[in-house]
Amino acid sequence: MTEILILRSGFDFNGIYGFFDEFMPDSLDWLVFLITSLILAIVIINAVVLSTALLTWFERRLLGRFQSRLGPNRWGPFGLLQPIADLVSLLTKEDTIPEGADKPIFTLAPIVFLAPALIVFSVIPLHGGSFLGNLNVGLIFVIAITSINTLAVFMAGWSSLNKYAMFGAMRAVAMLISYEIPMGITVVAVALVAQTLGLSDVVLAQDIPYILVMPLAFLVFITAASAEMSRTPFDLIESDSELGAGYHTEYSGAKFALLQLTEFMAPIIVAALVTTLFLSGWRGYGPIPGPVWFVIKTFIVLFGFVWIRASWPRLRVDQIMGLAWKGLLPLSIINLFVVAIEVFIFNPGENGLSTTDLWIMTGVNWGVTIIAIFAIFNLLGQSKSERPVPVISPLANMYANTNTVKKITDLAEAE
Amino acid sequence: MPINTQPVTINLGPQHPSTHGVFRLRVTFDGEQVIDVEPVFGYLHRGTEKLAEERNYVQIVTLTDRLDYVAAMTNNLAYVRTVESLTGIEVPERGMYLRVISSELQRIASHLIATGFLLDELGAFHTPLIYCFRERERILEMFEMLCGARITVSYMRPGGVLQDAPTDFWPRLDDFLTSMPGYLDELEGLITENEVVLARTRDLGILSAQDAINASITGPVLRATGVQWDLRKAEPHEVYDRLDFDVPIGSVGDTFDRYYVRIQEIRQSLRMIQQCVAQIEPGPVRSKAPYFIRPDSVDAYVGTESPKGELGFYIVSDGGISPYRMHIRAPSFINLTVLRELLIGWKLADLIVIFGSLDIVVGEVDR
Repeated sequence: MTEILILRSGFDFNGIYGFFDEFMPDSLDWLVFLITSLILAIVIINAVVLSTALLTWFERRLLGRFQSRLGPNRWGPFGLLQPIADLVSLLTKEDTIPEGADKPIFTLAPIVFLAPALIVFSVIPLHGGSFLGNLNVGLIFVIAITSINTLAVFMAGWSSLNKYAMFGAMRAVAMLISYEIPMGITVVAVALVAQTLGLSDVVLAQDIPYILVMPLAFLVFITAASAEMSRTPFDLIESDSELGAGYHTEYSGAKFALLQLTEFMAPIIVAALVTTLFLSGWRGYGPIPGPVWFVIKTFIVLFGFVWIRASWPRLRVDQIMGLAWKGLLPLSIINLFVVAIEVFIFNPGENGLSTTDLWIMTGVNWGVTIIAIFAIFNLLGQSKSERPVPVISPLANMYANTNTVKKITDLAEAE
Repeated sequence: MPINTQPVTINLGPQHPSTHGVFRLRVTFDGEQVIDVEPVFGYLHRGTEKLAEERNYVQIVTLTDRLDYVAAMTNNLAYVRTVESLTGIEVPERGMYLRVISSELQRIASHLIATGFLLDELGAFHTPLIYCFRERERILEMFEMLCGARITVSYMRPGGVLQDAPTDFWPRLDDFLTSMPGYLDELEGLITENEVVLARTRDLGILSAQDAINASITGPVLRATGVQWDLRKAEPHEVYDRLDFDVPIGSVGDTFDRYYVRIQEIRQSLRMIQQCVAQIEPGPVRSKAPYFIRPDSVDAYVGTESPKGELGFYIVSDGGISPYRMHIRAPSFINLTVLRELLIGWKLADLIVIFGSLDIVVGEVDR
């Protein structure tokens, strides 16, 4: 009887629809639908944008701590109002469109970039269910929707008529498409173990968090995801030291604000996904309610992202592609095979895998993970490779014109 | 199916985050690959050599501050040594020690900047850079105690240094010397064993010893190729012959070696300063030299090991109070001569890193 009490969320599409449907005539169903959609849209947009604003503050403060400086601390308590100041600053800037740019696409790109990020949030289960209720193809939906941002980045880079932006866009297309594949394969493994494609059901199936059951999948997913959102060490889309700004070189004002907003939203989405898929979502212990657990876990993942950003340099284009195809793809396939074999052996029925099965899988998978990581590290790693011992080149003799040694003895004698 | 491609020409700079000031590279790319590089400079030309012809020998010290503006002390040292060689002015013992201490501190500061910006160009989000700047800040504070200025120090004069170090300078220096090795270990822990740094810098932009000597490259870039050449050993000046130090060299001549030689040189500089602190004795710091110096000799060239390489001043005198002609052999400028050969064939990201590992300062390139 130790089953954790799971509160089903009432605040989702069906709940709101039902609330309005009660006192509205049947002929106005379309209006109810519209009202419900609008309410959900307003809630999602505000929640996500506000948490993104909070994240920008969090990230900058944290980077400040990592870099032994203060970070934003002037505006509001602990600098909490800094995002608002940034927003006002950006919105009051002139919104320029470069001459010769493809205007419709240039204008559309930030919107195409932002919309999928917001849509993804409608299916992430915060508390029993997501805003859209229990979508039974949540995993596929997420993978499909997040792929759209590749297109947006390319639109932005292409339409700017700027060579730097074009470089960033071309890199984006190559990289983002490559990393979709290992990410997709890991998600398949998750779906196999959970025996479902619905995100809430994945959480419900996690009697043991999948980070323990499938550590390899977690590592591959988090690496591929940080490449998907192009953060360090995979931030070559807008590598500031090489391309200046990359695909958004020509953007300014409100459009730039939208692009930046989405870029800072991406870690939240990925952290929320990682929480859902690997950290058992809203489930927790004690009297603390589910959404709080969800936020705590998300913030731990975000902290990891900021930490990585603060300490890692960037990989080169070919190395990033190499990592995707030579490192992550084999690892994700190994993980999928191992998990598939295990699931085949345990042969779960209607109720899914039991806790004992999951513990056995945990033991096996940790062994596989350690071996696989070691193998890949030895194949692709750099720090093991030997370097020749420095040999003084015979081309120059530094001591040819000196009598240094003699002078030192002279000094000693004089004393 | 054959795909029609065409090379893209991009102007990297003069306004670019990684060109160390206002340097400009006109680069032609085939996709991401560099197929041609044409450096364009002169955006920071201030006519230092011409200006020197209208100032007297003491006033020119302030001009030299603005050459390599992250290593003003060694610029001063190189210039005043040339003037002393031209006129035969003697420098008192304590003045020489103070010169060595301050210029080795400057070398540490300059190498810290080189390392920090190299990592910044590798894409590390400013963390190593700010760690480097934190330590450099302490050096600049010590310079402030010495002469009141942090960057444009003008500390040295023909015949010694401006003034003796204040008494509270020495505890600060001791504190720096004891804590700096720990900070260097911390920095190396962040960088030297980092998988990404190694993948990005090893075997990248290899310069052979032969090519380096043919292009008369000096400084850490030359030493990274395995050529052990340091003017502090080859032509010991000031008190360098009384100090025990090694000249670190690299094994391959790649970007990693250029970085690592600098880190090792910082450790050697710390060793030198420690010995100087132990050896220095009270005494005058500046000999009596007239404000208006009228040299007897006609010309003099003296090369000094600056953080970037051999910084040489060639001064021709007609017996007046200002040089007839002054020429500066700027190591940053001459180290750039191999740039084209180093960069061709590498990718855009490597271009930035190789360029950064040469560690140029545009103030010195354009003069």
